Amino acid sequence: MKFRILLAAVLTAFSFAVAAQQKPIKVGFSMALTGGLAAGGKGALIAMEIWRDDVNKRGGLLGRPVELVYYDDATQGANVPGIYAKLLDVDKVDLVVSGYGTNLIVPAMPIIMRKKLVFPALFGLAANEEFKYDRYFQIMPAGPDPKLDWSRGFFDLAMAQNPKPKAIAIVSADDEFALNAAAGARANAKKLGLNIVYDKTFPPATTDYSPIVRAIQATNPEIIYVACYPPNSVGIVKSASEIGLKAKLFGGGMVGLQFAAIQQNLGPLLNNIVNYDFWVPEPTLTFPGVNEFLAKYRVAAVGKGVDPYGHYLPPFAYAYLQVLGQSVEATKGLDHGKLAAHMQKATFDTVVGKVKFGKNGEWATTRTLQVQFRDVQKDNLEQFSGPGKRVVLYPKEWKSGNLVYPYKQ
Amino acid sequence: MFSADLLANAVVAGVLLGGFYAAVAIGLAIVFGQLDIVNIAHPAFVIVGAFTAYILNSRFGFDPVLVGLLAAPVFFIAGVLLYRIYFIAFERTGQESLSGLAFFFGVMFIIEVSLIMAYGVDYRLVQADYIGRVWSIGFVDFPLRMLVPFSVSALLTAGIYLYLSRTFLGSAIQAVAQDRLALQLMGADPVRIKQWAFGLGIATAAIAGSLLIIIGPVEPSVGRQYIGRAFAIVVLGGMGSIPGMFIAALILGIVESMVSTFAGPSWSPAVAFGVLALTLALRPAGLFGRT
Amino acid sequence: MKSTVFWGALATIFAAGLALTGVVQNEYYYNALYLILQGTLMAVAWNVLGGFTGYVNFGSAGFFALGAYTTVALNKALGLPLPLLILVAGVVGGLVGVGLGYLTLRLKGVYFAIATLAMSIVIETLVVNWSYVGGAKGSYMLTPDTHLWFDSYIQMLFVVMLLLTLAAVAISRMLNSSRLGRGLSAIRDDEVAAECAGVPTLRLKLVSTSVMGAMMGVAGAPFPYFVTFVDPLSAFNLFIAVNAIAMPMIGGTAHWIGPVIGALLLGTTQEIVKVTISSEMNVLIVGVMLVAFITLAPQGIVGLARKLRRGRPK
Repeated sequence: MKFRILLAAVLTAFSFAVAAQQKPIKVGFSMALTGGLAAGGKGALIAMEIWRDDVNKRGGLLGRPVELVYYDDATQGANVPGIYAKLLDVDKVDLVVSGYGTNLIVPAMPIIMRKKLVFPALFGLAANEEFKYDRYFQIMPAGPDPKLDWSRGFFDLAMAQNPKPKAIAIVSADDEFALNAAAGARANAKKLGLNIVYDKTFPPATTDYSPIVRAIQATNPEIIYVACYPPNSVGIVKSASEIGLKAKLFGGGMVGLQFAAIQQNLGPLLNNIVNYDFWVPEPTLTFPGVNEFLAKYRVAAVGKGVDPYGHYLPPFAYAYLQVLGQSVEATKGLDHGKLAAHMQKATFDTVVGKVKFGKNGEWATTRTLQVQFRDVQKDNLEQFSGPGKRVVLYPKEWKSGNLVYPYKQ
Repeated sequence: MFSADLLANAVVAGVLLGGFYAAVAIGLAIVFGQLDIVNIAHPAFVIVGAFTAYILNSRFGFDPVLVGLLAAPVFFIAGVLLYRIYFIAFERTGQESLSGLAFFFGVMFIIEVSLIMAYGVDYRLVQADYIGRVWSIGFVDFPLRMLVPFSVSALLTAGIYLYLSRTFLGSAIQAVAQDRLALQLMGADPVRIKQWAFGLGIATAAIAGSLLIIIGPVEPSVGRQYIGRAFAIVVLGGMGSIPGMFIAALILGIVESMVSTFAGPSWSPAVAFGVLALTLALRPAGLFGRT
Repeated sequence: MKSTVFWGALATIFAAGLALTGVVQNEYYYNALYLILQGTLMAVAWNVLGGFTGYVNFGSAGFFALGAYTTVALNKALGLPLPLLILVAGVVGGLVGVGLGYLTLRLKGVYFAIATLAMSIVIETLVVNWSYVGGAKGSYMLTPDTHLWFDSYIQMLFVVMLLLTLAAVAISRMLNSSRLGRGLSAIRDDEVAAECAGVPTLRLKLVSTSVMGAMMGVAGAPFPYFVTFVDPLSAFNLFIAVNAIAMPMIGGTAHWIGPVIGALLLGTTQEIVKVTISSEMNVLIVGVMLVAFITLAPQGIVGLARKLRRGRPK
């Protein structure tokens, strides 16, 4: 009798073990591995693979190993609906997360909404604004009112100065992200009663930026808010230095200044520029686990043609899976209704700090940092791995230094 | 906001930018303008040139322009080989117009993807002492990042012009476009001459690429942005006229720069291509064309 | 191919498509099929001008985007239903096509090709600066809840696209095999000689540019509903223009069936590669297939098949 029970127990345990081996939890997503956003997308994928390995080393989720199923969307929105349809209908994934960037999150929304899935999303600016989907969760810490919160810090810093600046120039590239960021800046400027003396956009494929920078300078702004993607940021910073741009506060929403290769190339030209960021290696932002994660990332990133330090996107790519994983463990299942309910109310401990989502799926409070470049040396990559070069000025909670004002080259 | 110094600087910036455009377009002025080969992959070769400059600059610290000059002979040989394939597959069979076009489209994609596979899609930059330095004359600034490409391009244009007009081979290249039979009667082999000219065209892409990466960051697919501009310049310049091409490049650069400065930068592509469309509609042979 | 066989085949394909929506639920297949059909429609359209008359259009993406943005604008302004949107997009594309046709008056060969490229860029700049349709920011298109009797919206879009593509194929065949078609190929072979022989070259060219423009506009019209988010980057994608050229070149440009074969072959390969290897490879495959076919089989698959048939001992 006893033997029988024992046998049954052993068999049950065995069958569980087999089940665990046979039935992994599949997490599906599209990712920009080629095309315009690939440099970021590849880095995100590395981070996600680190998460998968970390989870599986600890025994998986609900005792089941985790498997990532993903396809390259080539940074083209038209590929995304098909990819999610395949993930859900052919690969039968259990959970989905978004690809990288607004243009690649939005095309997935209709199918995700139809199937009522929880949808942790990676870096889309106000991507849920039109859909108002209650199971969308954005890991980018833009804040509850993403377009305004994106530049709120920049303006708060400006208005804290004495005398207060009055004239502002807003310039942005003609692309979805930059225009949204500029629209937010415009709204902030109007609210504060600033005089907008220059407000124009330029094509993303511009070769020479000096006519633009000169036209801005001719309007004598005290603050210059720039929103654009990496190649534009490089061009504008170089032209600004060549022309000797004069302003009291310069920067804002330039994507690219967060990446080590560009930082190395621009070097001292970056000094005193104030720009947004989400995570920098300052002592105020050393959340539990982030340094361990970055250490693994640095090893995995070698030779992959991605950012060697991975400060900008990878910690958040790791964190949005942490949010998902922690929710699965807390609800002890894969029921999307329960997962969504948990994500709406819980606070998550992640490598990017405590994450709490608001009603619209954005972070409940903004953590869009404004950082200022300081003491950047020429042609030195290593300097950006540690603290001191990108000082956090805003929000106050995470502040690690004071603003150098006015801006000087 | 209109002022003399703004205007002067806009013109100077346009001239410098246009000079760089000329470097991209000069290869096409030979290949497309003189030989009637629609090499839409030319800007892709420019990107290969830019990556060559990036690799040798970041590994060994070579000056990008020097790399461009060193790489030119290699590009020349590649161009000769490419022409041989093109000749055997299309020109010999009289298929060149439509199939040739599609052929170069394919070549463009193959080059682009090969670069992506080898180096990823990250933006690449080079280091050189003159990048970031500025010469000023009065209130007019000459950033060396633009002035160096302009000067190299002007020298390249002058060199090619002299070569085409003063040497036997050069005049043979010009003759190939106009009177093939006469050339054969002179005892010159048109295929070999075209092959030489095509190689020369591709060789200029090595130099244009090194100039491109001096100006700003480069990733494998930025070449596409220059397809329209480069062809526009060659057509505006009157197909194959080297001085015409250079002037057309300057016009395009100045128009873009003026629109950027005084109207809105986001309109500059439409203005540039509007000029092209108008030219084509009113004077199909281009501004300096042989009608 | 006999007319009865042809129409029978079209009806069978359409019926098969309808039947498929009754049997298969899996949305992925409809997504993939939609993209393949979109490619086919674009290829057939391109071939009406490029294949039949020899005028190369580089600006296919411009026409496609015209259709897509017609949908965006009219949907926003008037909330028109899809069939009407498709119709209007066709008219807009056709009108711009007529404009393009007048360009062919003066511009021959490569000049024309460059002009189409310039036109596409000018249209793109206009759209980028037109904030009503979202400008560079792009525009959202929420999927409507109603989808007739189909299980999902994508199934309906697939059937719509199938119908449009079959109609385009029928029109293209008509142009190819009628007297009109002989006139068009006379233009391709020697325009001056055709003109001298009394062929009304201008009228024929206008017919073919406007048909091409209309078909491309129609191809773009449902696109916003398919992706739900349109921005100039996705609507003016170079890849759309390249596929429109590559597919007919691979299939064979002289015969109406050429672009269909090329599109089915290349489109299917692309969809398979996209989910099995990588999108990087996808671009490479288009490049390699294009180069391989036009160097080794300049008449495309249709030409190869003809050669094989002729070469076979009787």
